[in-house]
Amino acid sequence: MTAIWTIARNTFKEAVRDRVLYLLLFFAGASIGLSQVLALLTVGDRVKIVKDVGLAAIAFFGALMAILIGTGLVAKEIEKRTIFTLLAKPIRRHEFLLGKFAGLVLVLLVMTGLMSLVLLLLVFAHTLTVDLKLLAAVFFLLLEFILLTAVAILFSCFSTPILSSLYSLGFYLIGHFSWSLVTLIKKMSPGPGRTVVRGLHLLLPDLEILNYKTEVVHGLPIPAAAWLAGPAYAVVYTAVVLAIAVLVFRRRDFV
Amino acid sequence: MSRVLELENVQKAFKLGFIPKTRQVLKGISLAVDEGEVFGYLGPNGAGKTTTIKCVLGLIFPDAGTIRMFGRSYLDPKAKAGLGFLPENPYFYDYLTAVEFLDFYARLFGIPAEVRSERIPRLLKMTSMERAADLPLRKFSRGMLQRVGLAQALINDPSLVILDEPLGGLDPLGRKEIRDIILGLRDAGKTVVFTSHILQDIEMICRRVAIIVGGRILSQGRLADLVSEKVLFTEITVSGVPEAELAAHGECVSEPGGRVMVKVYDEPGVEAVLESVRVRRARIHSLVPRTQTLEDIFVDMVKTT
Repeated sequence: MTAIWTIARNTFKEAVRDRVLYLLLFFAGASIGLSQVLALLTVGDRVKIVKDVGLAAIAFFGALMAILIGTGLVAKEIEKRTIFTLLAKPIRRHEFLLGKFAGLVLVLLVMTGLMSLVLLLLVFAHTLTVDLKLLAAVFFLLLEFILLTAVAILFSCFSTPILSSLYSLGFYLIGHFSWSLVTLIKKMSPGPGRTVVRGLHLLLPDLEILNYKTEVVHGLPIPAAAWLAGPAYAVVYTAVVLAIAVLVFRRRDFV
Repeated sequence: MSRVLELENVQKAFKLGFIPKTRQVLKGISLAVDEGEVFGYLGPNGAGKTTTIKCVLGLIFPDAGTIRMFGRSYLDPKAKAGLGFLPENPYFYDYLTAVEFLDFYARLFGIPAEVRSERIPRLLKMTSMERAADLPLRKFSRGMLQRVGLAQALINDPSLVILDEPLGGLDPLGRKEIRDIILGLRDAGKTVVFTSHILQDIEMICRRVAIIVGGRILSQGRLADLVSEKVLFTEITVSGVPEAELAAHGECVSEPGGRVMVKVYDEPGVEAVLESVRVRRARIHSLVPRTQTLEDIFVDMVKTT
């Protein structure tokens, strides 16, 4: 546990000293701020526009942070050969990987917290109330970022940072569009084709399970089951992805 | 004296290229390092030195053979707790300062805070890096990285220190300092394994050596046993004796200032040159008997394989 925590701390330190993170944070802040401009140009409920664009900005930049930093950090250790001295220390390979993951989760926690704060302040400027319901959507987004981090780490265990980023981006996009398979399944007639699509739907990620932005923006209730299903889905998926990453990483030669 | 490191028939092959072609890098390495000795692992570039070290550290997995460290499996964290390692061309976290960097590694060993606060400044002082303690590593020169790398290798007060080309990239003064540190480790009873292709370093520091060429250990043993004390030839530099007269006793080379360097291969030849100098009341500038060096053995081995 000490080794995982030490590596997590160092990963956090590395990420917060990386300019890329601040660049992303700046653009995230600017995008949330942009919601204010869009609200002025829109007829109707301005606050809804602020919330909608703000949450979308958090979702987009959070995912980008998870993918870009997630794929970069492990690959950088291998590319820069810092892993040579690290694995010569009394740590096991899975501790290294879990430490990296924990450090990144910590970074995402802080960054999502900062982005949420900007959004809450902006909404406060309009309504003079702290809309804590926004944090419900952010909670589900955070689960998505954590899952994306695990995926990014898995890809970076055997691929270059650029390819890993593309694969992770692919995972993100598939995750947000795989719900359309359900519609397809409904329209298909029973047979082997439908079984294949059904199998595909089970295998592919469904990140829409973690998307409650619309409900929060429009004041709709989040189904009670979602509070259990969403986190359970994210935790199990993350654990499986991490387990695969550990298996890949455990047998890898660092030439 | 207990055995600190033991490799038995370690083999490793890599698959290279688009259509994978197997290249056998280690072809059955067996070597043993005893407690308290400075062991030199010598070989030309590409011989398999670093690959052997990487196998020992668990960075790559051998295809066959066994590796034991302190009597345990080399992958056992308990074995690694007593190990210090400095890689060739060290790359470290350039966003950390020297103190943060050493503190990070110390924490990985679970070293308590009070020991860390005493040990880190001591190691920085030992490697002459105390003035750069709060500088980020990205501002370090290669020599400075080598020094701070050595400091991290010693952060856990290891019993076994593995140094991969530790004297590379250092100026003459830096080389001497690092050599002195290694000798200090030996005097403190530590076991040191270091790889090098610079033979003088190995000759100066090591008690035992292993020579690896083309993935095979060609020779292993005490340096004194490998290198013969026998005089191969004697180089005598004289002035005041005609070159033609000296040529009868050995090979002559004219040097500036009317000096002649004559290379004499036997004892009577040396006597004859000295006699000529005495008779002609000439001058001897130097007389150097050349014994066999590690370089001679090494060059012979590389040539014959």
